[in-house]
Amino acid sequence: MATGLNPSYFIALSAALFAIGLYGAISRKNAIAVLIAIELMLTAVNINLVAFNKFLTPEAFIGQIFAIFVITVAAAEVGLGLAIVIAIYRNRKSVNLDDFDWMKW
Amino acid sequence: MNFDFSLLTTELALFVLGLSTFVLGLVVPSASRRGLGSFAALGLLLVLGIAVINWSNQGVLLNGMYLVDGYANFFKVMFILSAILVILGSFRYIDQHVGHHFEYYSTVVFATLGMVVMASAGDFITLYLGMELMTISFIILVAFRFMDTKSLEAGMKYLLLAAMSSAVTLYGLSLVYGATGTIIIGEVAEAVARGGNSPLLVIGLTMLVAGLGFKVAAVPFHMWSPDVYEGAPTPVTSFLAVGSKAASFAILLRLFLGGLGDLHGQWAMLVAVLAALSMLVGNLVAIPQTNIKRMLAYSSIAQAGYILVGLVAATEAGVKGVMFYAFLYIFATVGAFTVVAAVYNKIKSDEIADYAGLVQRAPLAATVMLICLLSMAGIPPLAGFVGKFYLFQTVVQGYMWLVYLGLIMSMVSVYYYLRVVLVMFRDDPKDPSPIEFGSAANMTLIIAMVITLVLGIYPGPLAEVANTAAQTFFLR
Repeated sequence: MATGLNPSYFIALSAALFAIGLYGAISRKNAIAVLIAIELMLTAVNINLVAFNKFLTPEAFIGQIFAIFVITVAAAEVGLGLAIVIAIYRNRKSVNLDDFDWMKW
Repeated sequence: MNFDFSLLTTELALFVLGLSTFVLGLVVPSASRRGLGSFAALGLLLVLGIAVINWSNQGVLLNGMYLVDGYANFFKVMFILSAILVILGSFRYIDQHVGHHFEYYSTVVFATLGMVVMASAGDFITLYLGMELMTISFIILVAFRFMDTKSLEAGMKYLLLAAMSSAVTLYGLSLVYGATGTIIIGEVAEAVARGGNSPLLVIGLTMLVAGLGFKVAAVPFHMWSPDVYEGAPTPVTSFLAVGSKAASFAILLRLFLGGLGDLHGQWAMLVAVLAALSMLVGNLVAIPQTNIKRMLAYSSIAQAGYILVGLVAATEAGVKGVMFYAFLYIFATVGAFTVVAAVYNKIKSDEIADYAGLVQRAPLAATVMLICLLSMAGIPPLAGFVGKFYLFQTVVQGYMWLVYLGLIMSMVSVYYYLRVVLVMFRDDPKDPSPIEFGSAANMTLIIAMVITLVLGIYPGPLAEVANTAAQTFFLR
C-alpha cells in the first residue's frame, strides 16, 4: 500500500521529538516539567515503533504491540513520579530540582 | 502452539509469593506485620529450592521470546539468593527505620521477579517489561521512608534518571528494530549477520550503551548512584547495588553478545572506554568520601568497570568471568551493607569516623567488613582476587592497557578500603558499649564471610557451573 510517505520522515520526526525531550529533561528545573519532557522522549520511541512496523513488518503487529506496552508502563511510571512529587512537596514546599541538594558529591 | 508452563515455575512461584506477602500484609493486624519479613524470607528460600531443582529444565518459549537456559538460571539463583540475604540482614533496620509498612517485603519480591524476567528475556518487550518491573519497584523502595527528606530526594533523583535512561534504552531498541525488522534477540543476531551495519543500527547501539550504562552506573552515566545509594534505606541500597546491577549486566550481555555480537568491532572500544573511565573515576572519587555509603557507591561504580571488562572480551571466558564476579560481588556487597545498616541502628550515623573501634564493639561485624572490603579490593586468598583474575585474563590479548589500568586501580582501591579497616581496628571507640546485631543479621554476615572465603580458596565448582552456563549462552 503506497502512501507516498518515506520512512525517513518518521525517523526525522521522532529524532527531533527525542532531542527536544532530552533537552527539556536536562535543562528544566521543575520536576513536573522534567516528567513531561521524559514523556516526549517516550512518544518519540512510540512514533519510531509504529512507523517501523508499518514499513518493515506490515503483516505482524510487533511494533504496535511494543508501543502499547511502552504507553502502559510509562503511565505507571508517571503515576509513581507524581506521587513522589506530591510527597516531596509536602516536605519541602517546592518541586524545584535545584532545591533538592541535601546530598552533594 | 503448546506452551510449557513448567519452564516458568520459578517466575510463577515468585509471583505467587509476592502477591501472598502483599495480601497477608493487608489481613494481619499491623502489630504482627513484623513476621512478614520472615514469611518473605522463607518463601524466597522455597523459590530458591524450586529454581535449583528446575535448573536442568531448560527450553525456549514463544519462538525465542523467553529463554530458559543455563545462563538465565544462573542469574535467577543469584538474584533470589541476594534477595534472601538482603531481607535476612535487615529485619531490625526495617523495624526501626522503615516501619511496619506491609508493602516493603512484597515490593522486594516483585523487584526480584523483575530481575528474574530480565535474565530470561529473549525479546525487547520482555526485556523492557522486566526492566521496568525492577526499576519501578526500586523507585518505590528508595523513596520508602517517605517522611525522611533524604530518602524522598533520592527517590526523586532515581525516578527521573531511571525514566530518562529507560527512554534512551527504548529509543535504542526501537532503532535496532527499525534496522533489523525483528525484536527477538536471536533473530536480530541473524539479521545483523546478514545485513552488516546500517547507520540506524550503530546509533541504536550507542543509545543502548548509554541507557544500560545508566543502569549499571558506569561512568559517565553514574551521577545518580552516590546520591541514591546514600539516601535510600541501607538494605535497599545493598539490593540496588547487587540485584539491579547484576540484572542489568545480564541483559547487557544478552543484548550485546547474543544479539549484536557480530558488531563487536563497533562497540568493543566504546565499552572498553566506559570500563576504563568507571575504574578510574570510581576508585579516585571514592578516596575523599567520608560517608561509608557514598564510598561504597563509588566503589560499586569501580566494580561495574571491572565487570564491563568481561563484556569487552565478548568470549565464553568473558561471560564466565562476568557471571563469577557478579556472584561473589553479591556476597561481599551484602556483607558490607549489612554491617552498615546494623551499625546505623545503634549509632545513627554513616560517617566512616564513627566506625572507630568497631572491632571492640562488634568483633564479628568488623571482621566481616574487613573480609568483604579486601575481597572487593582483590586481595589474593579472597574471592575478589579469583574473580578479577578470570575477568582480566580474558582481555590480555588485545586490551593489555585495560589490564594494567585495572591492576593500578585495584591498588588504589586498597587505600580507601584499608582506611575504613584502620579506623575500625586501630582507633579507640568513643563509646565502648557492644553493638547487638540480632541473629538473622549475624547469619547473613556469616554466610557472606564464609562464601567469600570459600570461593577464594576453592573457586573450582562455581567456575565450572558458570562455565557450563556460559556455554549454553553461545550455543544458539
